Amino acid sequence: MAEEKEQEFWRWEETNWVNPDIKWQNGEFVTLGIDVGSVSSQAVIMVDGQFYAYGNMRTGSDSPDSARNALAFALEKTDLPEDKIHYCIGTGYGRVNVPMADRSVTEIACHARGANFIYGPHVRTVLDVGGQDIKAIRCDDKGKVINFLMNDKCAAGTGRGMEVFADLLSVPIGEVGERSFRIDREPMAVSSTCVVYAKSEATGLLRKGLSTNEVLAAYCSAMADRIYSLLARVGVEPEFAITGGMAKNRGVIDRLKKKVGLEPMKTKWDTQLAGAAGAALFGHALCKKGKGKGK
Amino acid sequence: MITAGIDCGAKNTKTVILKDGKIIGKGIVLTGFDQAQAVKESFEMALKDAGISQADLAHVGGTGSGAKSITEADVKVNDIKAMAAAAHYFFPNARTVADVGAEESRAAKCDEQGGVVDFAINDKCAAGAGAFMEAMSRALETPLEQIGPLALTSNNAIPINAQCTIFAESEVVGLIHAQTEKKDISKAIHDAMAGRIVSMIRRIGVNPDIVMIGGVAYNPGFVTALQRELGVDKVYIPDKPEFASAAGAAVVAATEGR
Repeated sequence: MAEEKEQEFWRWEETNWVNPDIKWQNGEFVTLGIDVGSVSSQAVIMVDGQFYAYGNMRTGSDSPDSARNALAFALEKTDLPEDKIHYCIGTGYGRVNVPMADRSVTEIACHARGANFIYGPHVRTVLDVGGQDIKAIRCDDKGKVINFLMNDKCAAGTGRGMEVFADLLSVPIGEVGERSFRIDREPMAVSSTCVVYAKSEATGLLRKGLSTNEVLAAYCSAMADRIYSLLARVGVEPEFAITGGMAKNRGVIDRLKKKVGLEPMKTKWDTQLAGAAGAALFGHALCKKGKGKGK
Repeated sequence: MITAGIDCGAKNTKTVILKDGKIIGKGIVLTGFDQAQAVKESFEMALKDAGISQADLAHVGGTGSGAKSITEADVKVNDIKAMAAAAHYFFPNARTVADVGAEESRAAKCDEQGGVVDFAINDKCAAGAGAFMEAMSRALETPLEQIGPLALTSNNAIPINAQCTIFAESEVVGLIHAQTEKKDISKAIHDAMAGRIVSMIRRIGVNPDIVMIGGVAYNPGFVTALQRELGVDKVYIPDKPEFASAAGAAVVAATEGR
């Protein structure tokens, strides 16, 4: 392994939370959704279809452990014992490796369902910018998928691509968006196709005398280009919502919304939770149909 | 007649001096950020190597991704034409030529005279270029010169699922964590990259003799993987394969210069 850098600029904040207004003991069904992504893992616990607790952390090298860790992190602030969970659905890239899952559901279905819950039933286009893929999903008022397009072959436009850049430029990933606007003039976008090429272009721009912030802007706008091309192919219908970690990066999102010509919907929830929330909601629906009892 | 060919590539700039069909001088420098300066240096290096001066040259051919910076050239030679001419120059029976460069890979189908019949290019994605190998050598913490020979010591076929260089880096780190042997990972890397190049070659057809040029041809692990993926016994490689396109440009300059 490469020796640890003094500071890991790509490292984003891991969070967990519990809803103080809900007592799980009063609920009928406690359901769990676990989204093991390629970069981050989330566990969302819902009581009767409402957010009760969640944990959001980085995926480790082992999917079952990542699922267990995310669940333990979500349970940390609660008094809920694990065996009181009625049903668990696994989703995401590592969904078949979620040991406690009763079944798995694709992340496309979960993101659409989760966005429908987090942003409300008006959402028609969901853009999920995840760690190693981008999905553009069109859905109906129930959060059911009508059509989708996905790029999971190439790092351009994904969260991993942004992590590589944060590291290259030694800028903490949470500051990238803000700093990319601290510039006098918007620079030309770097290569929107390959992150490897964009990296060499960026090094070239730095040597030419562009500031770190300008290079960040050039990359954010390349990311926005790349994401937009996928979105344009699936067709954008209002209302439009963004899920995944990239939704927190203003540098990309503000540039993207200019191209789309639509204001993305806003939410108080962590956008990384959509997949796991969708999974927990599917679990709740199954419990209501009587399929999840007896666990 | 004496001609020169200059190939200004993404990583290196090469010059070859050709006298009546024989190479009499060579020069190579890192391209860096000043292409014109790199061209000048490699050109002067080659002239010195040949023991001649610029005035002795009948024509100068320029090629490569930085061709526009070659002010010394009076004949502009496109990349595909240069590689086909080069393959024909070194191996007259060449019908398919693959050039795997630092940031670009190309395949050309050529005729008996070294003319181009068809071609395919990948300049959008690092997965089929030398940059992929460099990234993998970093991930494996094994120098570039050693990963090829290391791959040859493995008989295990483990797949690399990721196509993207960035994703493959994480995948290799994952394999290292899973205690996979370095030689097996190294073989997997070479197989993956050869697969990418072969899928590009298949678009224009696999017609022997097959010639490979470009710096990646120095990597025996890659050449072996390429032969295996193509299903051929031999891929022909010229001596000093990194100079091949420059030689091709010098050949074209001799025939087309006026």
